[in-house]
Amino acid sequence: MAFYSEKVMDHFANPRNVGEIKDADGVGEVGNPVCGDMMTFYIKVKDDKIDDIKFKTFGCGAAIAVSSMVAEMAKGKTLDEGMKITNESVAEALGGLPPNKMHCSNLGADALHKAIENYKSKLGK
Amino acid sequence: MKKIYLDNQSNTALDEKVFEAMKPYFLEYYGNPQSIYALGGQSKDALDNARKQVADFINAQAPEIIFTSCATEANNLAIKGIADAYKNKGKHIIVSAIEHFSVLNPVKRLEKEGFSITYLPVDNNGFVSETELQKALRPDTVLVSIQFANPEVGTIQNIKKLAELTKKGSIAVFHTDAVSVCGAMPVDVADLGIDALTISASVMYGPKGAAALYLKKGIRITPQIEGGVQENSKRSGTENIPAIVGFGKACEIAKTEILQNAEKIRSLRDKLINGFTKNIPYIYLNGAVDNRLPGNVNFSVEFVEGESLFLLLDAKGIMAASGSACANKNLKLSHVLNAMNVDVAVGQGSILFTLSKYNTEEEIDYVLEEFPKIVQKLRDMSPLYSYFVQTGERKQAGPGTDFHDHCEIQE
Repeated sequence: MAFYSEKVMDHFANPRNVGEIKDADGVGEVGNPVCGDMMTFYIKVKDDKIDDIKFKTFGCGAAIAVSSMVAEMAKGKTLDEGMKITNESVAEALGGLPPNKMHCSNLGADALHKAIENYKSKLGK
Repeated sequence: MKKIYLDNQSNTALDEKVFEAMKPYFLEYYGNPQSIYALGGQSKDALDNARKQVADFINAQAPEIIFTSCATEANNLAIKGIADAYKNKGKHIIVSAIEHFSVLNPVKRLEKEGFSITYLPVDNNGFVSETELQKALRPDTVLVSIQFANPEVGTIQNIKKLAELTKKGSIAVFHTDAVSVCGAMPVDVADLGIDALTISASVMYGPKGAAALYLKKGIRITPQIEGGVQENSKRSGTENIPAIVGFGKACEIAKTEILQNAEKIRSLRDKLINGFTKNIPYIYLNGAVDNRLPGNVNFSVEFVEGESLFLLLDAKGIMAASGSACANKNLKLSHVLNAMNVDVAVGQGSILFTLSKYNTEEEIDYVLEEFPKIVQKLRDMSPLYSYFVQTGERKQAGPGTDFHDHCEIQE
């Protein structure tokens, strides 16, 4: 059996929404190079919705696939809906992750939440 | 799709001539070599012949070869067996910090049983320091085990010198794990002046399931698998005759062609190293430049992670390996890169190509063409790379994220 599910491999090899947003409304960063995984998420917010989302990720196959999936799941959602995306639901949407990757690479939802919080703090909410 | 195998440190393809030699021992000559009728005798002859082929290859005597099922077993036998046989003379053991786990874990076990262990550090290129070895030797040192060459970073130790210093400064038995060397260059145990050596068929175009411990005549050892009289009672258990026959044949072939293979493989290796160095910025060769295994190419590729690299290589039909934390099942950066003081963030981007006699120039050209594109693709999505491009500086690791702290948190 392959180490990663087909869905993980697809999102890893063809990640969606890679990039940066120069005038982002919120930025969230998790992980660090020493762990081998680091993700930065950028969001644009319009009418309380995630209008655009981009990410840059340094990490293993799982980390990149997770980032791509989070961006796909969050795009067009309200901020509250975005806050409800969990690391577990992302892993589920990817058809599961190997057990040893659940803890370290599955940080995408955390990065998204940080970006949303960053936006809210800028608004003074 | 192309299939380019560049993970020969994990195991090599079987030589067809080896396979042919093994074949009759599955269906035709299936006797147990310990049986005294003719069918048993044929297996016994095959066993004796293989023992002689292995001995000849490393310039040992046939009775000095103990067959085992794999190199891990041979290392376990050497470490635990020699330590036990000499424990009345002392309980101190010296190993290098970059040994295989089949040496490191047995010495950890011995430590719990009352032995004291010294781990010799290595320098940035992976060399064990002769002075450190001399300093570590004690009157109660009974065993020194230093890997001949490291399969991950390719550095070849001066084993002859290290064995000589050990003999001068102690009563210790000197063992070397020579698995990655035996398929790559000639080994002469008499000239090296060593007491014990581990060799495995599976990385020298032989089959899985056969390896050996060379144990110099007169060196004592306590068996770790006890039972019948096989292997002179030093390793009981029915002999895996087809695999042992294949091992013998692999040694016979190696004896005739190893030098010319090494020359060819070395030139392909250098083409790969030079091509990468020229075409990819911010990559760093791990391991020694000279005294390097002929087939070893190990680079740290900055701003990207190793598992991603080898997954994308795999998608192009290129099979490689990595020492990054993510690529290891235990999620730790390779202990070898760590011991060599490789920057932890940079080491995450380690990628390992190991060549064999079956690789061709066309294959190397293909890797040289594809790999830079893969690196660029990953760099284009790396926040570390964009930070570097924008600021000219490396992103520093955050507080409390030292590699060792991190490992402890994970444990």
